[in-house]
Amino acid sequence: MALGIGTTAGITLSPLPWKITDDLSIWTQNWPWTPVPADGEATDTNSACMLCPGGCGVTVRKIGNRVVKVEGMKGHPVNDGGICALGLAAPQLLYSPTRVKSPMKKINGSWRKISWDDAIAEIAAKLIELRAAGKSHTVACIAESDRGTVPLLWSRLLTVYGSPNFMRPATMEDAYSLVMEKTQGHHGVPGFDLENADFVLSLGCGIIEGWGSPVRMFKAHSQWKNKHAKLVQVEPRLSNTAAKADQWLAIKPGTEAQLALGLAHVILSESLFHRPFTDNFSDGFESCKQAILSQFHPDRVAESTGIPAETIRSLGRAFAGAKHPIAICGRGQGHVPGSFQETAAVYLLNALVGNIGQKGGVWAMPEPEYVNWPEVEMDSVAANAMQQTRMDGAGGEHYPDARYLLTRLPEMINAGIGDGVQVLFISGANPAYTLPGSQAARKALARIPFKVSFSTHMDETAEMADMILPNHCFLERYEDVPVTSGLTKPMVNLAVPVLQPLYDTKHVGDVIIALARSLGGNIAAAFPWKNYQACLKKTLGDRWAHLTEETYWVDNNYRPTQWQDGFETATGKFIFPDAKRLNRSPLAAQGDLTLIACDSMCLSSGSVGTPPFLIKTVPDTVLKDLYMVVEMNPKTAAALQLKEGSNAVLSTQRGAARVKVHFSEGIMPGLVAMQRGLGHSAYDKYLAGKGVNINELMGPVDDPDSGYDAAWGISASLTKA
Amino acid sequence: MSTVDDNAHDVHGDGTDHETESHDSDPTSKDDGAGVAVLFFIIGLAASLVIGWLVFPKLLYSKKQQPFDFNHSLHMELVDDGCESCHFFRQDGTYAGLPQLAQCTGCHEEVQGDTKDEAIFVEEYVSKNREVPWLVYSRQPDCVFFSHAAHVKMGQMDCVTCHGHIGESTGLPDYEENRITGYSRDIWGRNLENMLFLKKNTWDRMKMDDCAECHMKETGRMTSVQTQKDGCFVCHK
Repeated sequence: MALGIGTTAGITLSPLPWKITDDLSIWTQNWPWTPVPADGEATDTNSACMLCPGGCGVTVRKIGNRVVKVEGMKGHPVNDGGICALGLAAPQLLYSPTRVKSPMKKINGSWRKISWDDAIAEIAAKLIELRAAGKSHTVACIAESDRGTVPLLWSRLLTVYGSPNFMRPATMEDAYSLVMEKTQGHHGVPGFDLENADFVLSLGCGIIEGWGSPVRMFKAHSQWKNKHAKLVQVEPRLSNTAAKADQWLAIKPGTEAQLALGLAHVILSESLFHRPFTDNFSDGFESCKQAILSQFHPDRVAESTGIPAETIRSLGRAFAGAKHPIAICGRGQGHVPGSFQETAAVYLLNALVGNIGQKGGVWAMPEPEYVNWPEVEMDSVAANAMQQTRMDGAGGEHYPDARYLLTRLPEMINAGIGDGVQVLFISGANPAYTLPGSQAARKALARIPFKVSFSTHMDETAEMADMILPNHCFLERYEDVPVTSGLTKPMVNLAVPVLQPLYDTKHVGDVIIALARSLGGNIAAAFPWKNYQACLKKTLGDRWAHLTEETYWVDNNYRPTQWQDGFETATGKFIFPDAKRLNRSPLAAQGDLTLIACDSMCLSSGSVGTPPFLIKTVPDTVLKDLYMVVEMNPKTAAALQLKEGSNAVLSTQRGAARVKVHFSEGIMPGLVAMQRGLGHSAYDKYLAGKGVNINELMGPVDDPDSGYDAAWGISASLTKA
Repeated sequence: MSTVDDNAHDVHGDGTDHETESHDSDPTSKDDGAGVAVLFFIIGLAASLVIGWLVFPKLLYSKKQQPFDFNHSLHMELVDDGCESCHFFRQDGTYAGLPQLAQCTGCHEEVQGDTKDEAIFVEEYVSKNREVPWLVYSRQPDCVFFSHAAHVKMGQMDCVTCHGHIGESTGLPDYEENRITGYSRDIWGRNLENMLFLKKNTWDRMKMDDCAECHMKETGRMTSVQTQKDGCFVCHK
């Protein structure tokens, strides 16, 4: 015992216990899972964001070789230092555990690594075989866009190989482009001079929810507040935009076109329209006027839209009376093109107040025009194949005006029309998740025997593919980013690599060039560049030096053609829309309950999977644990005997899902709203298995005029679970 | 005057003191027992002091070799700007710390001289473009925020104050790595006197108290109500 006491005393008087205690506390800070910031030199590199079509410039901060922050680029014409939550979370996408780290091939249902050379050789062999069998048109490509060098390399490859089936998703910009083509003869894209408008009539646009170029819209929205411009938001649900608007008009969904024409009725019947424009620079005004006056009396419109006639009258007067009014459409973020009728009706309002091509109005913008490659020389196989009808029917007999109808593709494949698709390339898109009616889309994808994904991450489509040839992440590669998104300045950004690729990935442009080279003949000859970077440099020509330094090129002096210089139509005049096309009844009849979709800046609903930082910002009125929460008016819920927070099954003709119910006075009775962007089955544990993908419940509705998806909702039923 | 003991001895009431008999033989054994106890106490104390002060520090640290030896003195003769020639401040004011390989390759593209260490450097690192995994004697735990700019530029302190005369050394000492924390023994101090808080030089050890000592002396702000020293958040951000 004495020994014990002595030992204890001795130990206590020695540094042993104190040092061990101290060291153990330091040891706890060094556990391998404790995040430790990287050490090294801090550098900032300017680049371009490619996570949405918004066209922001970003400044990427690195410590050593580790990307630690993505910020908005100061002085950039789109975002001037601002950035959205998705852009801010970009480092999580770069370092995501779901990155595809090398080329892979699916063998007996499981992924095996494969070399780049073998992968390209295998695809080339398949393409040569199909071409020899006269089935080159069964090769298709789904890309994120049809602008910029990479999408154009894809469409060039398909053209010279012999397939008309290059596709991309259509958006509200396509609906606008079509209307502009019909009314102004302009082949281009719309620009909205929103910063200079003083009265903004938004028919469902999520101004601060990601419509157009999101950060530009935040800034424009702030400017309106400062200069007391008026924002009138028309939509059935109290979105953030509606909550911040000067006036919110809750409208029965799908009747926006009727409201626009009702407002046109007020403007026409009270002679508030811009007479110099209608008299001197337009055709078809009188017939259009007569059609509107006979069909869209405010009393009648009040009945269909649910907005009182007097409100319609006062809104029409206020709109026409403003100095720089503008009307815009495209629901939420504008991912769904919408009907021709609706876009034309809204466009017509702008024409009536004479803001086409004017300050604060709607501008005809050119398509990005810097890619000027020589025409491809097609051999007879390619020339014949290019005469074939596209699989999606765009430009065909039914829908001659549409350019891409990707939403129709699953239906065509599932119906077994034509030779189907034998090989599908998917580049920068995730159709298995994003296509409306995604169950049918997945069924169609499953019928395609050979699918090659170029995804950077293991998304739903990549999981279904037979081969993945991972592209570099956007912070690892050069790529031109032509920007439209409603801007009033033609602009091109250049994404530059801010770090060396982390994994064994390859630029998709290099893969296309390598593939073309393997195919030989005319096909190889159409791709004379050594590699993608050489192609990009040559394509950008004089702009290359400027772009590598500044990362953006902008034409600040662009002005749309003035009325007196003539529109691009045959007569040189603006053609008012055909009355027949305007006078359609709403596309889908409402049942007792209608499911509508809504968008949020907290969730990415496109081909980019929402990173963990953003999932943290999703409130529990949208996602409760793993449950999707749907929003409905307490009155609707009372009729269905549902309580706040109760579990229910939401069913439509497309599918059914378990949801939780959340009451809100800010949504019209008879509706149930669900956010886009959840319900992923792929990606990491932060995203997968949370909520419901609304595309499972809602399918595309073909617009009878254009063929573009015009779905704004779907009849649904909700039963207690 | 009777004592408690006296009374106790008389409990039998027969005047016979039974206890006295037994006590006759006991005094020596009692003294022996106490002696043995003291002896054991001293043995225990001495052994544990030896273990605590001498054995434990030896066991706590393992000796590690640097990837190759480095001669600071030789390099100091060749450069114009002292320590800052290689351990410089970046343009943004941050401190670069240990030189990156790129800084060395200017001169060491080819083998200079004929030492074994130079050969290792060029063959294993320069030609393979690998950064040298130096073991850093002065690395502090991540919970410590330390700004070289604040001390060297604003406080006008010499490198020697904290790092000692490493710049004059011709070779690198063994790196004694703490088996628990992984940090160098230089932080705790290499000698017995350092452990006894009797350091001779400012650079002999660099634990929190050593930082605090200088902070007390130099800044004397005592912004922390709790510790009466500088606020914790000066270093523990």
